[in-house]
Amino acid sequence: MVAGMEAGNCALSPIPDEQKIPGIDCHVAGRVPTPGEVRSIPRELRRTMSPMTIFAYLAAREALAQAGFSPESPLPRTGVSLGSTMGSGQELEALFSSFIPAGNLDSIRTMTFFKIMAHTAASGIAIAFGLSGRVINPVAACAAGLQGIGLAYETIAFGREDRMLCGGTEEYSPLTTATFDKIGAASHADTAEKSSLPFDRRRTGIVCSEGAGILFLEEREQALARNSTILAEIVGFSSLSSPAGVASPDAETCAACMEEALADAGADLQDVAYVNAHATATPAGDAAEGKAIEKLWGVRVPTSSLKGYLGHTLAASGALETSACIAMMRSGRLLPSRNDFQPDPSCGAIQHARPGQTLARGLVVKNSFALGGIYSSLVLAPAS
Amino acid sequence: MTYETIVHTVNTAFAEEFEVAPEKLLPEAHIKNDLGLDSLDIVDMIIVLEQAFNFKLQDRSAVANITTLGELYDFISKLQDLHA
Repeated sequence: MVAGMEAGNCALSPIPDEQKIPGIDCHVAGRVPTPGEVRSIPRELRRTMSPMTIFAYLAAREALAQAGFSPESPLPRTGVSLGSTMGSGQELEALFSSFIPAGNLDSIRTMTFFKIMAHTAASGIAIAFGLSGRVINPVAACAAGLQGIGLAYETIAFGREDRMLCGGTEEYSPLTTATFDKIGAASHADTAEKSSLPFDRRRTGIVCSEGAGILFLEEREQALARNSTILAEIVGFSSLSSPAGVASPDAETCAACMEEALADAGADLQDVAYVNAHATATPAGDAAEGKAIEKLWGVRVPTSSLKGYLGHTLAASGALETSACIAMMRSGRLLPSRNDFQPDPSCGAIQHARPGQTLARGLVVKNSFALGGIYSSLVLAPAS
Repeated sequence: MTYETIVHTVNTAFAEEFEVAPEKLLPEAHIKNDLGLDSLDIVDMIIVLEQAFNFKLQDRSAVANITTLGELYDFISKLQDLHA
């Protein structure tokens, strides 16, 4: 993923006509091609997995391998904190497509319900990898992935578990794209390459994507004791609610959330080397976040949004983008906002990361905000 | 419907729905122990067979006594005879 972004690639593509909803003026989405490894998942696990759980399973398997564990490794005191927007939208659609015309549930398989429950992916991952610790499933739409990491960090910091698989997962549903279109927050661009333009004066809205981001968090002393390669440390987290409304971007709460996460890290504003913005390319959301960043740092700290590469992976976005932040911290190379960037002054006087710009050693702030007035910020530190 | 058609239809359902290797689909095969279906799979098996044979079991508990694939073929054969 990071190599693709460094090459300037875009993961978005046209929505096939047969998947479009009449009256919805959206033409682009970020879909995951059916992964070839799906059949490698044992049937007894796969039977309860919709795409969102399959994505999370494959990402978790990679994360465990990177942490030095095989899927069969015993992992005591290990839990899961995996965010989602909802359960499987595709299964929900299939259920009602059968239930409403038939008027009964006679043809519905038992597995349908295990795919629809909101914590389908979180519990599916815990079972698949034999984890017996706590399973947490923040359901907070576009902030769910970052909450997944933040709650995992707090679980370990509080001594409840030693290790957590955490992040977020999302499967594409045309209804999500339709929802954003109905509230005037979806991109209407008809070319994939130029459809998602965060902080750009030409931006028109969100492009929905799918995927999963999973991180393996381990209590620091235990990670050191087994000589593991520590990629980065989570040092602060905040999640706040904005009373402004369900879909009213709020610069004040956004700034307060970043400040609270930094306070949790025991850090100051000048310790921050980069802000990875939520910025989904909506006119109002990007402007509010940009103004919040301007309020805290002015033009001193580089900022970018990765939505131009990935689209908005919703519940997965916070975790996928945190993974990208960690890659940037390790390489020292910043990923700028994509797409022949033309900054919009209404997004505040902030420093937009430039192509080729280096990332100084320091803290990284990652934001994720969600419909429903949910604001979350995470603070990452380089491995010490 | 001939007995051979019933065997073929049941075996196809097991292979497609539960990914059972065709060589395991023998009359003496134990549905749980040899073919690997658990209690949830058994519920889904009934739903799949109801659709494949176009019947509706009024009393699904009757299936609880079936342990082998051969017994399942016989059970469906008798149902077909009843509805013939």
